[in-house]
Amino acid sequence: MLVIKDLHASIEGKEILKGVNLTVRPGEVHAIMGPNGSGKSTLSSVLTGNPAYTVTGGSVEFYGKDLLALPPENRSHEGLFLSFQYPVEIPGVSMVNFMRAALNAKRKYFGQEPLSASEFLKLMREKRAIVELDNKLASRSVNEGFSGGEKKRNEIFQMAMLEPRLSILDETDSGLDIDALRIVAGGVNKLKTDNNATIVITHYQRLLDYIKPDFVHVLYKGRIVKTGGPELALELEEKGYDWIKREWD
Amino acid sequence: MSSIKQYTDIFHAYGSAIDAHSAPVLNALRPDALKALENATMPRKGDEDYETTDLNELFAPDYGVNINRVNLTADPAEAFRCDVPNMSTSPYYFFNDVYHHDADTLASRGDGVIVSSLRKAAIEHPELVARHYARIAPLSNPQVALNTLLAQDGIFVYVPRNVVLERTLQLVNIMNVAQPVMAVRRVLVVLEDGAQARMLVCDHTQSRDVQCLSNQVIEISLGEGATFDYYDLEATASSSRRASTLWAQQAAGSNLLIDGITLANGITRNGYHISINGEHAETSLLGMAIASGEQHVDNHTYIGHNVGHCHSNELFKYVLDDRATGAFSGKILVAENAPKVEAYQSNRNVCASPAAKMFTKPQLEIYTDDVKCSHGATVGQLDQDALFYMRTRGIPEHDARTLLMQAFMSDVIDGVRIEALKDRLHHLVEKRFAGALADCGECSGKCLRNKK
Amino acid sequence: MNKDNDKNKMNADEAPMNPENGNAARSPKADSNNTGDANEDIIKSATTGDYKYGFVTDIDTHVIPKGLNEDVVRYISQVKGEPEWLLDFRLKAYRHWLTMKMPRWAHLDIPEIDYQAISYYAAPKQKEGPKNLDEVDPELRKTFDKLGISLEEQMRLSGIAVDAVMDSVSVKTTYKERLAELGVIFCSISEAVRDYPDLVRKYLGSVVPYRDNFFAALNSAVFSDGSFVYIPKGVRCPMELSTYFRINAAETGQFERTLIVADDDAYVSYLEGCTAPMRDENQLHAAIVEIVVEDRAEVKYSTVQNWYPGDKDGKGGIYNFVTKRGLCRGDFSKLSWTQVETGSAITWKYPSCVLQGDNSVGEFYSVALTNNYQQADTGTKMIHIGKNSRSTIVSKGISAGHSQNSYRGEVKVVPKAANCRNYTQCDSLLLSSTSGAHTFPRIDVQNETSVVEHEATTSKINEDQIFYCNQRGISTEDAIGLIVNGYAKEVMAKLPMEFAVEAQKLLSISLEGSVG
Repeated sequence: MLVIKDLHASIEGKEILKGVNLTVRPGEVHAIMGPNGSGKSTLSSVLTGNPAYTVTGGSVEFYGKDLLALPPENRSHEGLFLSFQYPVEIPGVSMVNFMRAALNAKRKYFGQEPLSASEFLKLMREKRAIVELDNKLASRSVNEGFSGGEKKRNEIFQMAMLEPRLSILDETDSGLDIDALRIVAGGVNKLKTDNNATIVITHYQRLLDYIKPDFVHVLYKGRIVKTGGPELALELEEKGYDWIKREWD
Repeated sequence: MSSIKQYTDIFHAYGSAIDAHSAPVLNALRPDALKALENATMPRKGDEDYETTDLNELFAPDYGVNINRVNLTADPAEAFRCDVPNMSTSPYYFFNDVYHHDADTLASRGDGVIVSSLRKAAIEHPELVARHYARIAPLSNPQVALNTLLAQDGIFVYVPRNVVLERTLQLVNIMNVAQPVMAVRRVLVVLEDGAQARMLVCDHTQSRDVQCLSNQVIEISLGEGATFDYYDLEATASSSRRASTLWAQQAAGSNLLIDGITLANGITRNGYHISINGEHAETSLLGMAIASGEQHVDNHTYIGHNVGHCHSNELFKYVLDDRATGAFSGKILVAENAPKVEAYQSNRNVCASPAAKMFTKPQLEIYTDDVKCSHGATVGQLDQDALFYMRTRGIPEHDARTLLMQAFMSDVIDGVRIEALKDRLHHLVEKRFAGALADCGECSGKCLRNKK
Repeated sequence: MNKDNDKNKMNADEAPMNPENGNAARSPKADSNNTGDANEDIIKSATTGDYKYGFVTDIDTHVIPKGLNEDVVRYISQVKGEPEWLLDFRLKAYRHWLTMKMPRWAHLDIPEIDYQAISYYAAPKQKEGPKNLDEVDPELRKTFDKLGISLEEQMRLSGIAVDAVMDSVSVKTTYKERLAELGVIFCSISEAVRDYPDLVRKYLGSVVPYRDNFFAALNSAVFSDGSFVYIPKGVRCPMELSTYFRINAAETGQFERTLIVADDDAYVSYLEGCTAPMRDENQLHAAIVEIVVEDRAEVKYSTVQNWYPGDKDGKGGIYNFVTKRGLCRGDFSKLSWTQVETGSAITWKYPSCVLQGDNSVGEFYSVALTNNYQQADTGTKMIHIGKNSRSTIVSKGISAGHSQNSYRGEVKVVPKAANCRNYTQCDSLLLSSTSGAHTFPRIDVQNETSVVEHEATTSKINEDQIFYCNQRGISTEDAIGLIVNGYAKEVMAKLPMEFAVEAQKLLSISLEGSVG
């Protein structure tokens, strides 16, 4: 579904990604690990089209389409979802309005009629249950005043609502206590099918105990320098990143 | 050349006619007003607190004044249909500056409430009106002096001690002129101790091709423990000019909410001058402006905490598009020996186009130490992170912007204390933004144009 | 000013040198369960600290008769042996000044000033331009020693080059030769007029034209001395440059003029200090500082302003009416103003940045502390003209006694100045119920890509913090000093080390006797 070829990207003139290659197929779970500053979050930002970043080379195909040519909202409609490392607070915009706008924009993209209010609220209720999201949170402004755990649960709730084909979880485990981690990971696993895929970006092995990856990639200095199975994550947990750095510096 | 002269000339020529169509209480103040205007000039652009608005120029065109009180034969129900659903109001009308009489629904209440033409009230209750008329708004302000010189009528609202008016008073100002006219309106609101009332003022212009000027002075006196809401909604036209000044004084424990909203206009200068003279009084001063095209909106505010233990909260928000210009200048004053005052002021602005301009001047003047005061002002754009976040969820950029702009205004609307009006305002703001900030689109006043 | 009172004047001229007795009147240390009233007493007694620099130097001074007219302007120019163009400049300024009125827009109560009751030129009598230290009058040397300003070049510990200005003239500039090796010019402006006329003529009045304001016009007509700094292309000035201003003579005004030019890629950090004797009459100080910053150059200008503030009843003190402005002309240029203002009876001062170059940066960090009957109206202007220009304003006002302390600022972004950023934080701390703190910012944004933020708070000193300190055994007076210094820390941190220590002490001293 996703084919990244020799992707280069920079922010404010500084090159962060220096030739990333990655292929993801339906049903797969990929973990991308790496030390701080290696470009993990840049990769998720570039894939979703954050205007702060400039793509300076390479290509990304998503189901045969040139992903980089699409505006962020169309990437979303095509089925790409990012769970943000730092979900953005939007005061004054209620979750209900926010999700309805998102869902109906997607339906419009595919030539469907908007959902009626009752259909929509019913859908909200169903999906909320997946991540045990409190009704009170759903009626508040987007992420405003949410705790760290609530924000991450809210991200997975949105993922459930939008039913993406490829989800990128960017440091979804950061700032979560063990119970919240279990709920969030449980939500992700419930949403898993043979037709969708997940990229888990993480610094630690911890999350991978809950979301089992098929492949583990190590991103370092803007490139994927190592790829392996789940055992690679364990090796990194044990030995840290220094041995990778030594190999590549 | 001072634009005042043409109006004093009118007074010199037609003073007796002006008096003849008004009431002695109002006439009694004209000599003082004239005296005050003798050496006065209207502030010019660049003067302190008039950095972006030229009041002299605003008054300069050769406006006609309706001295002989020619009544327009308009039917209010035809011209205006209030469409705030689920809100039942007692409507009163001004056609230009002529008060429309036939809606005196409160006369039968028998509890002493007066809502009537100011002229009529000044004849029927001269002492009551004289006690308050031009007592709060000072003649040293040339706008007030000019209004006092020429005002022949207005609306008078009187709520006696401990009387609660449940139904919202609605005052509808409709400008419809064939030639340039200055409407001279006066609003006098007196709430005795413990009284409660709410008032919604809607400003509309039907004649969209002829320039007209609304010159209005609003005076509000709140007794101890009185509660008053004043919602001022302007949805006029690019030909409209508005110079409005509101003067309020609050006794101990009173509660005043003012919400000034500009959705569509030409050039507007609003002044809000609030004196808090009693402890434990509370003041909320809210405002918003959505401006596009060549709209100009200037709000000037002053909240004087003359005693301790009182609380004020002020919030003004602007979204400016196209070549629109916005200005805000606000002062919070805490007097000496006024301890335990809390006063907060905030002005947030979004410029949405390269040619939009915003000028803001928030000010604190504090003469005692035991206070909690703050002010903040920002001029910027919509939150780019929020915009991106929304787009990753599939919301198209234009829709995301509209949602964010609505959200930006929501805390001003949330200050409204009438649920139905709050819902209506959310809807109006949504419509206003959905029209790509183009024109008033739909407003609570049914413009003749919209009917066609 | 000069409500001439001969008796007082006599006393003032012989004012005793008794700087150190300020602590004698302090109350005993506070108990931890002090009531508010007891706190108030301590605070009052703590703010009666004396001004340390109030002595008068007994030195033969050449003072011209009081009054201002064209002849005086011509005389000053002639005494200084100035070229014709400079005399012209002065005369034009003088004639323009005559048409102007003193500005009254500030939140200040400025008494009428009789400009004919001031002498416009006073110079310690000594040979022009001492070649070495031995030629400097020993009394003068003692004066600056006492002020902690070393004119001895051997004293390299401080590592600061000093231009010392007493009354109207520069007394001595140190380290001149060593700086000259790098091409850095650091001298009195009089010398600069003589030795580098082209440079001075090119830049003088280019940032602050004589028409700019009433005091700028006055200064341009009668300025006597000041410092000139030129840092050539690519040079990082290896030491802090400093001017020390001292008013000594009675009934004189001080009108110095400082001009700093940092050429492409240059860097300089410049310090300014000032003191004056205690006199019962008010004295006028109307200076101009002009700074030009070229491509990628950086200038840091730090001031510790400690002019005599007047006594606790508001008698005497300096009127400090100063125009300071820098032009960030070059792309990526940077100008940073840091000021600690504790002195002067009245301060009227707005160090500003005109950010003309693309990506230029302006900064203003200020602590203004007023006590007793001092009045301060100070702040900054940031004029964004260049694209991507950025500015930061941090202002901390502290008001004690019966003082009035105002922040006044303007941030302007012109239509073509795309992507500008300004952040302003403006806090006021009130230490007495009879003091005032005011905030008057103006924000004028004329394009859609810029972001300007202003936040301001005004509050009383936190009693919980004082109590917390008390509970830990710290007296109320010390606690206030601690809290105020903590409050001002963000700004103090911007001062060069040598100054920061002095400024910190100054804050505590200026506060002695003050919270209510």
